[in-house]
Amino acid sequence: MANILIIAERELRGYFATPLAYVFLVIFLVANGAFGFFLGGFFDNGQANLTPFFSFHPWLYLLLIPAISMRLWAEERKSGTIELLMTLPISTIEAVLGKFFAAWLFAGVALVLTAPMWLTVNYLGDPDNGVILAGYVASFLTAGAFLAIGGCLSAATRNQVIAFILTAAVAFLFTMGGSELVLSTVQPWAPTWVVEAVRAFGVLEHYERMMKGVIDLRSLVYFTSLIVVWLMASAVVIGVKKAD
Amino acid sequence: MSALIEIDNLTKRFDSFTAVDDLSLSVDRGEVLGFLGPNGAGKSTTMKMVTGFLEPTSGAVHIAGHNMATSPVLAKRHLGYLPEGAPSYGDMTPKAFLEFVARVRGFDGEQRRRRVDQAADQCELGKVLTQPIDTLSKGFRRRVGLAQAIIHQPEVLILDEPTDGLDPNQKRHVRRLISDMAASTAIIVSTHILEEVDAVCSRAVIVNRGRIVLDDTPRNLLARATDFGSLTLVTDAALAHDACGAIASLTEVQGVNARIGRDGAVRLEISSAAGKDATPAVAALFREKNWPVHELRTNDGSLDSVFWAATEGPSEAAGVALDTGESAANG
Repeated sequence: MANILIIAERELRGYFATPLAYVFLVIFLVANGAFGFFLGGFFDNGQANLTPFFSFHPWLYLLLIPAISMRLWAEERKSGTIELLMTLPISTIEAVLGKFFAAWLFAGVALVLTAPMWLTVNYLGDPDNGVILAGYVASFLTAGAFLAIGGCLSAATRNQVIAFILTAAVAFLFTMGGSELVLSTVQPWAPTWVVEAVRAFGVLEHYERMMKGVIDLRSLVYFTSLIVVWLMASAVVIGVKKAD
Repeated sequence: MSALIEIDNLTKRFDSFTAVDDLSLSVDRGEVLGFLGPNGAGKSTTMKMVTGFLEPTSGAVHIAGHNMATSPVLAKRHLGYLPEGAPSYGDMTPKAFLEFVARVRGFDGEQRRRRVDQAADQCELGKVLTQPIDTLSKGFRRRVGLAQAIIHQPEVLILDEPTDGLDPNQKRHVRRLISDMAASTAIIVSTHILEEVDAVCSRAVIVNRGRIVLDDTPRNLLARATDFGSLTLVTDAALAHDACGAIASLTEVQGVNARIGRDGAVRLEISSAAGKDATPAVAALFREKNWPVHELRTNDGSLDSVFWAATEGPSEAAGVALDTGESAANG
């Protein structure tokens, strides 16, 4: 347990040792504002809520989360530090969790920094803060799911660009899982249970429900299992590929 | 009680290629084992398995009695490892990096500070402790890696080419560091530099194609050199013919080669007969004939020639060597 914290702390410091953290935070906040105000029509909406902001988060994450996750393991493999890390007295799963929590916490920091939006909407009107909280939870869980996917794919390659593209592609499939776009490509040939499984894989479906303030157990189980499965896959991939 | 490092029948196959082939070895406290071999002989692969980074195809590794496969975290606690190329986190400073390693190794507060200071001190990192590792020279980076490996004063130390990229002074320093730690530690050092083996190791193992071909003390290895115990004698060129004839007729001498130099002197390379030392007989001969001796010395033999014979040389040399390797492993 202590090891997870130590690794997470080292990792998190690493983000802020390079411009990566600052570039990420600035782009995230600017894009957040731009999407929310202009594309989302925050003012035209005429309602005191943050739906215009939250509805763009999955799309923003598709682009930005792979930028965080791509270095998680690919960099360790490229620089050879993975050999150092994995011969320290820690288990693979501790290393996987430490790195994942660091990245997730960092995404959390980015989310917390959007608090001025929340303050604004509270100043202008009388929003349902419970719904806004549900939106934040949904956004945070989506970031976590994408990070878990990205961490695993980062472990599979030592090339960060490949890790980025693969993560964006796989995260896109998961996001769109329940949509017509993905379903219509699966439906013609796959048996019904596969189609239903793909439909259930859709991040967007759960995300939109939570964004509206409905946090049901199914969604929580969905996000948690998505994260756990990809983290376990990471540990397996690292075991197999670490020395390549 | 078993040795600190026990390697039993270790084998690693990559697809059809066998990198390490049924290798057994045990190293105990006080031993510094020089791990030698040509590139691709399986040195690094062996070290990666001993440190638990790679899983062996078959065979077992025990570190301080802990099985690396079944209790890796316990085994790794007793282990300090400098991987090939001394990787470290480039955006950290040596201080932050050493503190990170010390924390993972379970040191806190005052104790952690003392460990970091001591390791930094031992590896002479004082001046660069607060510079990012990326900005350091190769020599410093290697020393950061070394400091990281010894910070917890491990019982087992595995160093993959610790002096690669260091200047002669730094090399000497690292060798002294290894020698200082030797009494309480079991150490495996891989190296390309043969003189290093003679300087720091109490035992030398030469591997080739994943197998141990020689396992002996550096002194005994030298004794296997084809040029070991031969004599070099320099005398007047005019005497070359007579001297060669007279020396060759001595029973203690197996053969003699003459090379005339430009300075009017001749250099005689004399090899002793098996089990004999030709030096006294040759010296007596020259005294008796009153021939001048400009230089007379006994050759120590070079590890280079042993290394060559064991890894690339005539098959019979390798065959003889292989027997020794196996008997040493069994013994």
